[in-house]
Amino acid sequence: MAGGAATGGSSTSDTYAEARTWLLLPAWVTLGILVLAPVTMMLIYSFLTKEFRGGVIWEFSLSAYDQFFFDRGLFGDDPPRIEWTYIQIFWRSIWQAGAATLLSLVIGFPTAYFIATRAPAQRTFWLFLVTIPYWVNLLIRTVSMKFLLRDQGPLNEALLGIGIISEPLSIVNTNVAVQLGLFYSYLPFMVLPIYAAVERYNFTLSEAAADLYASRWTVLRRILLPSVKPGIIAGCILVFVPSMGSFLAPDLLGGAKNFMIGSLIEEQFKGNAGNWPFGAAASMILLTLVLIILLIFARQQSKAES
Amino acid sequence: MSASRYDLRVYPGFRAITILCLVILYAPLLVVTIYSFNASPSITNWEGVSLRWYADVFTGPESGKFKLAARNSFVIAIIAASVATCIATLSATAILRAGKYKLRMLSFGLISLPLMVPEIVTAVATLIFFNAIGFDRGLLTILLAHIAFCIPFAYLPIAARMQGIEATYEQAAMDLYATRRQAFTRILLPLMAPGIVSGFLLAFIVSLDDFIITNFVKGAGIETLPTAIFGAVKQGIKPNIMAISTMLLGVSVVMVTLSWLISRKDKTK
Amino acid sequence: MTPETTFAIDVQNAVKRYGDFTALKRVSLSIRDNEFFTLLGPSGCGKTTLLRMIAGFEEVTEGAIHLFGDDIVKLPPHKRPINTVFQNYALFPHMTVLENVGFGLEMLGSTKSEARARAGEALDMVQLSQFAARKPSQLSGGQQQRVALARALAPRPKVLLLDEPLSALDLKLRKAMQIELKHLQRDTGITFIFVTHDQEEALTMSDRIAVMSAGEVQQLGDAREIYDRPRNMFVADFIGETNLLEVSVDTVADGQAACHLGGGHRLTCDAVEGIGPGAKVHMSLRPERLTLSSDPTQGDSLKGRVRENIFSGTDISTILDLADGPEFRVRAPNSSRGDRRTFEPGTEVFVNMEQGAARLLMD
Repeated sequence: MAGGAATGGSSTSDTYAEARTWLLLPAWVTLGILVLAPVTMMLIYSFLTKEFRGGVIWEFSLSAYDQFFFDRGLFGDDPPRIEWTYIQIFWRSIWQAGAATLLSLVIGFPTAYFIATRAPAQRTFWLFLVTIPYWVNLLIRTVSMKFLLRDQGPLNEALLGIGIISEPLSIVNTNVAVQLGLFYSYLPFMVLPIYAAVERYNFTLSEAAADLYASRWTVLRRILLPSVKPGIIAGCILVFVPSMGSFLAPDLLGGAKNFMIGSLIEEQFKGNAGNWPFGAAASMILLTLVLIILLIFARQQSKAES
Repeated sequence: MSASRYDLRVYPGFRAITILCLVILYAPLLVVTIYSFNASPSITNWEGVSLRWYADVFTGPESGKFKLAARNSFVIAIIAASVATCIATLSATAILRAGKYKLRMLSFGLISLPLMVPEIVTAVATLIFFNAIGFDRGLLTILLAHIAFCIPFAYLPIAARMQGIEATYEQAAMDLYATRRQAFTRILLPLMAPGIVSGFLLAFIVSLDDFIITNFVKGAGIETLPTAIFGAVKQGIKPNIMAISTMLLGVSVVMVTLSWLISRKDKTK
Repeated sequence: MTPETTFAIDVQNAVKRYGDFTALKRVSLSIRDNEFFTLLGPSGCGKTTLLRMIAGFEEVTEGAIHLFGDDIVKLPPHKRPINTVFQNYALFPHMTVLENVGFGLEMLGSTKSEARARAGEALDMVQLSQFAARKPSQLSGGQQQRVALARALAPRPKVLLLDEPLSALDLKLRKAMQIELKHLQRDTGITFIFVTHDQEEALTMSDRIAVMSAGEVQQLGDAREIYDRPRNMFVADFIGETNLLEVSVDTVADGQAACHLGGGHRLTCDAVEGIGPGAKVHMSLRPERLTLSSDPTQGDSLKGRVRENIFSGTDISTILDLADGPEFRVRAPNSSRGDRRTFEPGTEVFVNMEQGAARLLMD
C-alpha cells in the first residue's frame, strides 16, 4: 500500500534477491564469452595487419580503416584521396534498408491498424496469419521470393497470361527485388509494435476530434498518428537495423550490382578477398552506425515517456 | 453493428492493403509448395502432380548430404534451445523477481545484446574469437554460437509470462511454509510453463532458421540445412530444394500452431 | 513467564522506512491471544505494511516483533507459524481447491494423504467440500474467498492475518462473510489480525481496533470505546459521522468540563485528561445522540435554525445553522415512536444532547 514498490500485488518482487548472483551467472558466462569477448576481439582484429588468404599477423596497423576511407593508388604511395567504393556500399545499404522500411511502413501500418480494430476475438487470428511466414526459414522465404519473381517465374507467367504485360518483367537482380526481399524478411517487426500501439489507443480521442469537426483523414493525421508514433518508430528501427546488415536478400535477389554491407563483409571471410582486418573494421563501422541509431531511438523514447 | 454507421475506426483501403500484404506474404510460399509437387525436372513447366521430388530428397543422389544436414540442424536446435531456455528462465527470475540492484538493467542489456548487434557482425566476431583462441571450427562451434543468440529469443516470451504472474502466489506459498526453492519449483515454474514452452519453440525455430552465423562458424564440410540449401541454391533452384523447403515450412507451421494452442489454452484457464 | 509473553503478537517500536519515506513511525501494539484484532485506517496509513511485517514479507527497519514471546523479526515467512489470507486470495491457479488447501500442510511435512484429510476437514469448515476437485477459476468470488480462508487455517497457525479479504465481495456477501469470519475465529480460538479501511466492518467484527493514520496508531480500544470516546480529531472524523466544533474550556471540576463556543453557546461534557481550563480544542458531537425540540430542556442546549431535512431511508438528518456558528447535523431514526419530530426549514430549534454525546478531542 505505502511506498509503491513494496506493494505485494506488483509483478516485480524481491523474492529471490538472495540467489540473484547464481541466477545471473549462466547468462553472464555464456554471453560474456560468446558475445562480449568476440566483439572485443573483433575490435582488436580491426587494428591488426592482414595475412594473405585469411587470418591476421599480430602487428598493430591502421591500414584496415585507411583502406576503407582513403585511396592511395595502386602502389599505396599516391597522396590520399577519399575512397568512395566502400562508402558507396554503405550508402547503398542505408538507402536500400530505408526503402524497405518505407515499404514495410506503407503496407504494415494499414495492416496493423486493420488488425487492431477487429473484434478482440479475431485479432489473434489475424496476427497469427501475419506472423506465420516469419516462423518459416528466412532462406526458404528468400528463395521462394526469387522463384516467384524470376523472369520465367509464376508472377511473370501470370501477368503475361492476363495480358497486362507483353514482355516478362526483369525484377530479380534489381534494387526493387532486394527491397521486396527485405520487406518480406522483416515485415512482422513493423506490424507487431504498431499493432500494440493502436490497440492501446483510446478511440474516444478520435471521437472527440470528429466532434470538433475534424474529418476522418484529419483525425488520422492530427490525432491517431501522433498518438501511435512510438510504435511506428519502434517498427521502423526493427526493420531498418537488420535490413542494413542483411546478407541473404541482397545476395540472392540483388546480384553483383546491388552489393550491400553484408556481402562486403562476408567476402572478406568466406570469399576471395580474404582480408580479415578489413572485414573486422567494416563490421565495427556497421556496429557503430547501428548503435548510434539505437541510442538516438532510446533517447527519444525516454523523452517521449517523460 | 450496422455498416452504414459513420465508424471512425474504419479507413477505406486499409482492408485492401491488409489483403495485399497477406498475398505478398503467402504467394511465394504457396507457389513453392505447389511446384514441389511438379512432376517435371524443369522448374518452369508444369507436368502434373507427383511426389517424385520428395522421394528424391530421401533416396536421391543428394539424400545423404541433406539427411546429415537435417540431423545436424535438429540436434543443434534442440540442444541450443534447451540450454538457452534454462539460462533465460534463470535470468528472467533474477531480473524480474530479485529486487532492484545495480547490475539489473546492465544484465538485461547484455541479454538483449544479440538482438541489437547485426547478425553479420555477431557472425564475424564469433569467427574471429574462435580463430583467436584456436578453437577448431566444427559442430561444437555452431552449437555454442546458437546458444548465445537463442538466449534473447527464449527470454522474451518467458519474461512476458513472468511479468503476468503476480508475486503474491509465491508469497502465499512461503506464507504456507514453502522455502524459496519450493516456491520456485512448485509455484513459479508450473505457472511459467506456457511461457517456457513458447520460449523454447521460438529459440528452436530461430536456431533452425539461422544461416549467416552458422555459415561463418561451421567447420569445412559440416552443413546444417540452411547452409546445405544455400549451397544448392547457388547452383540454381531445383525441384528437390522446393520439396525440402515445403517440408521445413510444414515443421514451422506445426511449431507456430503448437505455440498458439498453448497460449490459447492458457487464456481459457 | 513475564506478562508480556502472553501476547500473541507484540510489536515494539516498529519502524519501516523506504528510502526517505517513513511508512511506520514507532508503532507499538500488543495483541492478545484468541482476539479478533483489527487494524483500521485509510489507504496509505501503514496498516498493510504492518501486517506484511508480521507475516515476514517486509523487513523491519527498527524495532521488534514477538510471537508468544519469541522474536520473529529475523525469521523468513515460511518459518513463522502465521498464515495470511491475501487481498486477491492468491489461490494457486494450477492446483485444485484441495491441493491449495493442503499445500501448507504438505510443506510442513505431512504425508500427502494426511494433508488431504486435513485439507478436507478445513474445507468442511467453510462448507466447500463438494468443490474440492475444482480449479480456483471455476469458483465464484465468495467461494474463492472461503478457500483462501480454509487454506490459511488448515495448518492451524498461531495467528491468522487477513488483508482486506472482503473488499472484492458485494455488499450482501460481505455482510454474511463478516459474521462467518467472526464465528470461525471464535470456534478455532486462533488470533485474527484483520486489516480494513471499512470502519463499519471493523466495528461489527472486532474485539479491539487500532485506528491508524500516517504511519501511527491514533487510538486503540474496543468498538464502543473508539466510537463513543474518540481520542482525537482524526478518529472522531474517520469513524462514523460527527459534528466537530471549536470550543474553549472554561472550568474543569468533578470530572466535568464547562466549555463555550462562538455565539454564546455553553456546553458541559466529560473532562478529558490533558485538557485543562483555557484550552482551545475540538469537540465531537455524534448526530444520532442529539434531539431537536422547540424549547430548551434541562442541561445544555444549542440553538439554531433548520436549513433542510434529508431523508435517507432508515434515518432523517436535519441540517441546522447554529446561531453565529457552523453548520450542524442531527440524525433521528425514521420512526414515529417517542418524541422525535421533524421541523420545517426556517424553524428555530434547540438541540438537546444525551449524556456523553459530546466529547473533547486532542488534536
